[in-house]
Amino acid sequence: MEQPIIELAGLTKCYGSLKAVDRLDLQIRPGEIYGLLGPNGAGKTTTILMMLGLTEPTAGVARVCGINATTHPIAVKRKVGYMPDNVGFYDSMTAIDNLQYIARLSGLPEDEVKNRSRDMMELVGLGDAMHKKAGAYSRGMKQRLGLADVLIRQPAVIILDEPTLGIDPSGVKDFLGLIRQLSREQGITVLLSSHHLYQVQQVCDRVGIFVGGKLLADGDVATLSRQLFSGDHFVTSITLAAAPPAEWDILPALQAMAGVKAVAVDGRTIEVSCSHNITPDLVRFFVGKEMDIMGVLKKEYGLEEIYQRYFDNNITDHEKDGKSSGLFQRTFFRKVKQ
Amino acid sequence: MANPAVYFNGLFSGRLNNSRWLKGIINTTARQPGPLGIMVRKEIADHIRSWRFIVLLVLLLLTFIATMYVSLTNLQAAVANENDPDRLFLYLKLLTTSDGSLPTFHIFVSFLGALLGISLGFDAINAEQNNGTLTRLMAQPVYRDHLLLSKFLGALAIVSALFLSLSLLMIGAGLLITGVKLEPEEFFRIMGFVLLTVLYVGFWLALSILFSVKFRQATTSALMAIGVWLFFTIFYRIVISMVVKGFFPDPVYLSEADVLWYNNLLLDLLRLAPSQLYTDATTTLLMPSVRSLGPLTVEQMAGAIPKPLPFRESLLIVWPQVCGLVAAIAVCFALTYYWFMRRELRS
Repeated sequence: MEQPIIELAGLTKCYGSLKAVDRLDLQIRPGEIYGLLGPNGAGKTTTILMMLGLTEPTAGVARVCGINATTHPIAVKRKVGYMPDNVGFYDSMTAIDNLQYIARLSGLPEDEVKNRSRDMMELVGLGDAMHKKAGAYSRGMKQRLGLADVLIRQPAVIILDEPTLGIDPSGVKDFLGLIRQLSREQGITVLLSSHHLYQVQQVCDRVGIFVGGKLLADGDVATLSRQLFSGDHFVTSITLAAAPPAEWDILPALQAMAGVKAVAVDGRTIEVSCSHNITPDLVRFFVGKEMDIMGVLKKEYGLEEIYQRYFDNNITDHEKDGKSSGLFQRTFFRKVKQ
Repeated sequence: MANPAVYFNGLFSGRLNNSRWLKGIINTTARQPGPLGIMVRKEIADHIRSWRFIVLLVLLLLTFIATMYVSLTNLQAAVANENDPDRLFLYLKLLTTSDGSLPTFHIFVSFLGALLGISLGFDAINAEQNNGTLTRLMAQPVYRDHLLLSKFLGALAIVSALFLSLSLLMIGAGLLITGVKLEPEEFFRIMGFVLLTVLYVGFWLALSILFSVKFRQATTSALMAIGVWLFFTIFYRIVISMVVKGFFPDPVYLSEADVLWYNNLLLDLLRLAPSQLYTDATTTLLMPSVRSLGPLTVEQMAGAIPKPLPFRESLLIVWPQVCGLVAAIAVCFALTYYWFMRRELRS
């Protein structure tokens, strides 16, 4: 295997008695897009700050590009571009001045600063607004400016903390597309943390599910899905034209079908859990009983179900931490992938 | 967003590094400022463009013009005063003469300088933190102390330029109006005064930066700094006089040596206030005939000729004061450093 570009070994961070990050081991290969998923307060940002040497770990080592981030933060920062979750700019300066300031600080030669920053503004789609004050920028524009800010230094690794927050859906698509393209063309390693599962699923090669300071799962979405739900039921839900009567005579026959494990009736929708995929048989069965079928859905497991599964297992530990569970449940959309 | 392929042509490839290396060889004379230089430059630009600074500048200019006007109108009487051994130092007289309607410039500065320092520094760090620029800045390859230093040096550069130009303006105007030659001694004394003023403002600056690290809200840190300033300018004297009344014995029953000892103790207590240090030091520098900042006994004064001291002697008298101011700045800065360097940076 290649030498990992980001290597965390036994990384631990305690705030008093609270363990924000608990013995985290993680390896990210060069050129990979890695998604760090977890509810708010799971320790994602803390982990990222430790990778940049902005926070000292209580125990363990974070190595980025083979450099210990705690003892040599400057060398790490030269190679890593970091966009914080609520990225801020000097409101009284124009956007391009903000960008040029960062470019100079990161040691770009003076004769390249102007051209490069202009190119970057064009790249992230802010070419028309580059002489506006940064204070007049919208949230989405700031996010793009943040990306320009990260890219202008030509980093080997990009760390994005909640990069899609506050951008409209089409902007998110562009944004993630751009990140993916850059990563593929230039071989940049990308680590992004998010709780927008659907978006992460689209763009990441590998994801890690991070709850309560622990990495619960690590791998690509398909592998995770297989591991988790292999012993599980296939669920098919069938919607009928009319709600079946309470005392339904065909129910025993349905339950007696080969492979059927459970049947749940909810209004017009009937959910059938089976040990293997018998959707065609079910349809034939209902048609044979002369019932009108309006829709048939076979449930598939995406990242959200995976995530939900992990989260359900851990929710008891987090009930005391009201911030993580309460906010989480309100914020996360739980669209069932159909 | 545009297609990145166009813009990233060669940007991340080795070609670019080669061209930079080539340019470095051809153009070896062009020196690029380090990160600290860039940050200080940005701080200065920020201050100059801010409304806050313009308001302070106007305030200071008004004070300067008013005190200069008062001293110019009274200059003739002051210079003609036979009893004053300092009457021949015309330019020092410009800074210290007043008819009582207005305090002199250096007394004004002991108030305004504090305000200047506080207003330039009270939101140095916490504003960056609240705007979310602090994490972004710290993710760049710069040392943390560069940020503290740039905040301090940037504001200090502005203050020095301000007071230096004000005093040079005064000297120039004095030359034009009176036509009297400027003695080197006077020049050194005025420059010493400027240096002291910068140090004094530097103390308040360091203190307000300290509060800006300690308190997350800019208003809290401003209030704390102004509170300390008010305490030292108004309440400190009252507290000291209460202490004197409560604890010091009645001078009627004391020997002369004891009175002297208590007097010195009282002065030392007062000198814990930075404004006292500043006024002591500037008074000595601007009035060459001041021989001591404490009480002098009759024996010590015996045989002394009322004559101005040379510059070096005045400097020796104010040296403890200068040391005190520098020490106060160093303490503030060290505390700031201690609190900031290992702190968790989160917005």
